Amino acid sequence: MSDSETQNNWTPDQPMVSIKDVHKSFGNLEVLKGVTFDVMKSEVICVIGPSGSGKSTLIRCINALNDIQSGSITVEGIEVNDPHLDKLELRKKVGMVFQQYNLFPHKTAIENVMMAPVTVLKQDKDEVEARARNLIKKVRLEGKENSYPGELSGGQQQRVAIARSLAMNPDVMLFDEVTAALDPETVKEVLVVIKDLADDGMTCILVTHEMGFAREVADHIYFTDRGVIVEHGPPATFFDEAKDPRTQEFLGQIL
Amino acid sequence: MELFADFFRNLYDTTGWNFVVFYDNDEWTRFIDAIWTTVKLIVACLIFSLVVGVIGAWAQGAKSKLVRYFMAGYIQFFRNTPPFVQILFFYFVLGNLVPTYDAGGYQESYISSFGWAVISLGFFAGSFNVEIFRSGIEAVPTATVEAAEALGYSRLQAYMFVVLPLAFRVCLPALNNNLVNLLKTTTLAYGIAVPEMMYTANQIWSDNVNVGEMMMVLFVFYIGLVSILVWGMSRWENAMRIPGYGK
Ligand SMILES: Nc1ncnc2c1ncn2[C@@H]1O[C@H](COP(=O)(O)OP(=O)(O)OP(=O)(O)O)[C@@H](O)[C@H]1O
Ligand SMILES: [Mg+2]
Repeated sequence: MSDSETQNNWTPDQPMVSIKDVHKSFGNLEVLKGVTFDVMKSEVICVIGPSGSGKSTLIRCINALNDIQSGSITVEGIEVNDPHLDKLELRKKVGMVFQQYNLFPHKTAIENVMMAPVTVLKQDKDEVEARARNLIKKVRLEGKENSYPGELSGGQQQRVAIARSLAMNPDVMLFDEVTAALDPETVKEVLVVIKDLADDGMTCILVTHEMGFAREVADHIYFTDRGVIVEHGPPATFFDEAKDPRTQEFLGQIL
Repeated sequence: MELFADFFRNLYDTTGWNFVVFYDNDEWTRFIDAIWTTVKLIVACLIFSLVVGVIGAWAQGAKSKLVRYFMAGYIQFFRNTPPFVQILFFYFVLGNLVPTYDAGGYQESYISSFGWAVISLGFFAGSFNVEIFRSGIEAVPTATVEAAEALGYSRLQAYMFVVLPLAFRVCLPALNNNLVNLLKTTTLAYGIAVPEMMYTANQIWSDNVNVGEMMMVLFVFYIGLVSILVWGMSRWENAMRIPGYGK
């Protein structure tokens, strides 16, 4: 404990998330082949790329759901690849939202939001509940507090999942294709919530296929293909002046 | 109460059907004691087998190979040998290894025959519960567990607050079956002289030569107990039902 604290001289002017030459394999399959980038506080990063290019894997490595073979990932100075990593310390800082929502089906919307602060952080239940109600409001789900996930639409469930992550007061949010399982009409209600978060200064790393949204919210866009970052830049340059043929082809297909 | 006793005394006098436990004071006391012993035995076995099941299912997923092999051995042993042999083995073989104390002139073991019945039947039914819980646990999507981990849950917390509550719901029907079986299997405690219903009924029919009548009492008694258990389990199942989830 004191060991890692003395080592951690991170200050807010340094990258909040720093990814350096990360290599990740599943058995013989090398999925990430040297990925490097930094995310500053309050920055919104979008990662785009074809299916199977390693986007989910990359994002899962950031909060240690997957381990890496070499390179380094730090979150506020915490070395994620450290064998003595205090996972709880890391996960208090990093919130994650999944494509399939992954809510706890046996708990109501508000209970889903309250559970982690109460069980993991042992925070006072009444205080957590007050905060949870505000979060439910923030994701525009007032009135749905006592509904079970099975009684909510996909878009509503995804917003509960966002509120559930926010309840832990994370410094960085990871979104892995969070609208990919939704029908086009409900995509927007989720994106609006993410946009609000970005506008409030939340640091976000988003994997998305919503190019219009990426252009609107991202400070920086990374295009990955077969485990490497092929091209990156701020939205304006990225979308309008893509140079690499693979990027051009991808954008040509999707836009 | 008097009317009740009179009816059965009269039944005996007129037809020869001897339901002695319902009119004879001493036999009645014996019978009531047996009911309590049986109920206590069943409750203790149910609880013990559930605890074994939960811990065992947890241990099956342990990192240590040794623990996992031990669990596999335990399950194979208890599932593939007769419970009656197990109970005799526990009482006569393991029971011999337990120290005794002086209970006023004779030596009494620290673990009574009742205790041995709970232990052996609990492990027996527990070995099935482990497999039942494991199938329930396997039905919980890894993605749900990962969501808990991403929120900072430790493996134990995720197990207790997410995996188990969901697994329970999936495996309640199978659990139901096994617990009904366990209830009926408690009659094997007869073999080591636990004064439960089977054992007591046997004593009563030896003394009164009324095997047929006591058999009827036994059947009705166990039908009643099983009904209560099934009723309780189905209430539990309903209480655990989640709106919009599962069936
Ligand atoms: N647990 C795993 N075990 C083995 N291989 C895996 C595992 N997870 C992912 N992969 C492989 O790693 C590669 C990258 O997968 P990943 O899910 O990161 O891609 P992605 O860019 O997120 O794709 P998509 O856009 O379809 O979500 C794929 O070839 C996939 O089959
Ligand atoms: Mg993916």
